[in-house]
Amino acid sequence: MSVPAVLEASLFNVNERSDAVSATEICLGAIDQIPTGQGQAFSVGGETVAVFRQRNGKIFAVQNECPHRGGPLSEGLLGNGTVICPFHAWKVDVTTGECLTDPCRIRTYRVREVDGQLMLGLP
Amino acid sequence: MQGPRQKLVVIGNGMAGARTIEEILERDRDRFEIVVFGDEPYGNYNRILLSNVLNGSHDAKAVFLNPLSWYAENDITLHAGVRVCAIDREARTVTGANGIVEPYDLLILATGSAPFVPPIPGTDKGGVFVFRTLDDCSRIADWAGGCHRAVVLGGGLLGLEAARGLMTHGAEVTVLEAAPHLMPQQLDAEAGAMLAKTMEGMGVQVVTDARTTEVLGNGHVEGVQLADGSTLDCELIVISCGIRANSELAHSCGLAVERGILVDDRMRTSDASIYAVGECAQHRGVVYGLVAPLYEQARVLADLLTHTNLNAEYTGSKSATKLKVMGVELASMGVTQPRDEHDEVISFAEPKRGIYKRLIIREGVLVGGILLGDTAKAQPLMHSFDRALPLPEERASLLFDMGTASSQMPMLEMPDDTQICNCNGVSKETIRKCVSSGKRNLKAVMEKTRAGTGCGSCKLLVRELVEWACEGQMDEDPSIHYYVPGVPLAKPELVEQILARGLKSVSSVFAAFAGGKDDPGSKPGLASLLKSLWHDQYEDERDSRFINDRVHANIQKDATFSVVPRMYGGITTPAELRRIADVADKYNVPMVKVTGGQRLDLLGVKKEDLPDMWRDLGMPSGHAYAKAFRTCKTCVGTEFCRYGVGDSTTLGIRIERRFQGIEFPHKVKTAVSGCPRNCAEATVKDIGVVAVEGGWEIYVGGAAGSRVRAADLLARVGTHDEAILLVGRFMQYYREHGKYLERAAGMIERLGIDHIRNVVVDDTQGIAARLDAAIQAAVDSYVDPWEEANEPVHPAQFRGQTIIPLDPIASAPGIPNEPNRRAPLVAAR
Repeated sequence: MSVPAVLEASLFNVNERSDAVSATEICLGAIDQIPTGQGQAFSVGGETVAVFRQRNGKIFAVQNECPHRGGPLSEGLLGNGTVICPFHAWKVDVTTGECLTDPCRIRTYRVREVDGQLMLGLP
Repeated sequence: MQGPRQKLVVIGNGMAGARTIEEILERDRDRFEIVVFGDEPYGNYNRILLSNVLNGSHDAKAVFLNPLSWYAENDITLHAGVRVCAIDREARTVTGANGIVEPYDLLILATGSAPFVPPIPGTDKGGVFVFRTLDDCSRIADWAGGCHRAVVLGGGLLGLEAARGLMTHGAEVTVLEAAPHLMPQQLDAEAGAMLAKTMEGMGVQVVTDARTTEVLGNGHVEGVQLADGSTLDCELIVISCGIRANSELAHSCGLAVERGILVDDRMRTSDASIYAVGECAQHRGVVYGLVAPLYEQARVLADLLTHTNLNAEYTGSKSATKLKVMGVELASMGVTQPRDEHDEVISFAEPKRGIYKRLIIREGVLVGGILLGDTAKAQPLMHSFDRALPLPEERASLLFDMGTASSQMPMLEMPDDTQICNCNGVSKETIRKCVSSGKRNLKAVMEKTRAGTGCGSCKLLVRELVEWACEGQMDEDPSIHYYVPGVPLAKPELVEQILARGLKSVSSVFAAFAGGKDDPGSKPGLASLLKSLWHDQYEDERDSRFINDRVHANIQKDATFSVVPRMYGGITTPAELRRIADVADKYNVPMVKVTGGQRLDLLGVKKEDLPDMWRDLGMPSGHAYAKAFRTCKTCVGTEFCRYGVGDSTTLGIRIERRFQGIEFPHKVKTAVSGCPRNCAEATVKDIGVVAVEGGWEIYVGGAAGSRVRAADLLARVGTHDEAILLVGRFMQYYREHGKYLERAAGMIERLGIDHIRNVVVDDTQGIAARLDAAIQAAVDSYVDPWEEANEPVHPAQFRGQTIIPLDPIASAPGIPNEPNRRAPLVAAR
């Protein structure tokens, strides 16, 4: 069965700029739902994402599970681009996903603010 | 030194220029009157950290090496934001764009380089940036807000740093590199491909063999056109296609210039009074772009100008470098390709972990090497490369530790000239001499020599060397006295400053003493201190609290919580027990347990249920999670016990009611026993009270956890009121003198029970009244944290996970509604 031209165009130009939310981005709601300097966990399509809102206004998003024993990174102490897991104090660099306590890397996500709303990039 | 000072003018306030001045000052503070022109309006900052400023993990303030105040303190005149427009070599003057004229005896050109913008049509459109200065960072960050897609032109080191900086701005980042692979100067094709794969895993796209022919768009960027005819949409472009030395000024005043300003081995230009250093200089045909060679040049120049070593020579720098790119460790030296079939190539790859090691050996000597992802062997390899040493027959031992005790050369045998820190060019000898000059701890050596302060990958080795050089007898590192690691002050000074400056929030302390750098590990300690100093005037930023203190419950191994309501003196009532049982049923609590603190614990509670549970319990928090007063255990005294000599239950309840929730440097557990049989185990408590004939004995500093310590007798008193007064006064003393996270036992062992008894009981320092008033103030300002059930401080305070349904309308047709579920990434062990 051949794919109609219009569908084919959509399939291969998913990232075309448009004002509608594309399949690669999803709205998480208002940025203010995250207290300043803290994180919040979002369950999106089977993955749990920790979104952080640093005091200096920057936002980051990584997988919520600490690579050590799966602790909730969204509940960790945050600052200077680093989060400290509340379970056993493992440290993760939230800008690159690099774990600072043991050599490994966790998943990072694109996240940005648009008119006060958080937009999370999905693969 | 005698005689008038010579006038030294430095054109350029970047890393090379500023380091040269620092080296000069270190050797001879009085020799020169120094004037600096810098065309950026700031003090000198670490340009290498710009990608951290761009991605938001560092505040701009945190990257300054020499802020404006440093110049004033060192008597250096800085014309910040003033570009030099002319040099008159006859008259020996320098003229700034604002008309200032400075005469000179000696002139140093440190004008650095400017980003090379390739001659592609359209680079003048809005949204096209270079990436070199702090201002560039803010311009890029401002523009990035509205962008879906960003393109970085150039996949060299700087381009990848720019990509890393852009990652956090919500745009999709694509790196375009004209060569067949990334970082063509440092990597080969395989390593480049591996790095590209790692980057794609982080969400950054990489396209190689991509030559950009045009920037498209109407007024502002809308895309780029490549040589193969394809286009890429984007709204932001960062150009990092290399740098060109800023040599126009030198050229216009007649100095010899090729790709850079020509200098000899003494860093001197074609004019005997003018020197050049850094990225603007060309030495033996090479113009350098990494920081380590620039610092070497600065040292040689300083040696010469201050007459410290008139034979000093700069003979060029080795190309061996060790750095981090996109968070990945990389060491690279020499050639990246074998010249012919006579070159020996040793390689190893572990693609799944992003590890790649390749060595090129020519006539038995290392001429090239790449280590990607695992640089454990970088130091000995770079040493072999630098010295062209003969190599072991078993080549595998170059790449791996083959069962030997240590991968590092034994300290003693390591030659003095071994380069330990490559970023700052520090040898073993320099470190050894630094230690013998009196810097006998790691921190001081790092500060003095700057070893380990660049990319940081040699820090372990530096520490081993310092320990070896100190023969195990290291001096105290001043930072062990810091109250918290992120703020360089010991507790007394910190308290003084906080009170003097009226700093009432954790963020204000970071702003005042750490350039705004908010080290997360330091937050709870600062919060504890500030609260104890300001009470209800404390500006409670909740992000400074550990999770347990944000939700007033103890987090468990499955992210549920444990709830322990207060049970004064370990005594309850049937009604209270029924309420607890009803709550346990209502919320399906998996476990109800009796604690060692003589109360009940509800375990396995969901975060969202906490406020409702507290309301239903109608009991205040037992603070089982806090660095605060925990419990006052009791054994039954004269109320019921036939041996009782004192009313321990009444006293215990009074103590717990009075001091509940008071915060301390660490948890405080107390107990009151009704007779010397001490069934409440008061003598292994932080504070314990034991009834004796005619009165009460007060004990302090006991412990019964991972260590056991018998408490010391503080005093003997007659009445309940006297006991409460002294217990409170000791508590206040502990609040003021205990180190953060130090238990009372630790403080007593540190200061001595005799001293404490003198101050607290005998009032030898006359502070008893003040201590009593202070603990009363703390008692008066106590608020039950569980009242936040009725008034949360933030709507999300007790929120668990927020579920975001995937909206079917938003997906493009034909795309499945749910992306493939991926398991979270975990550590190897």
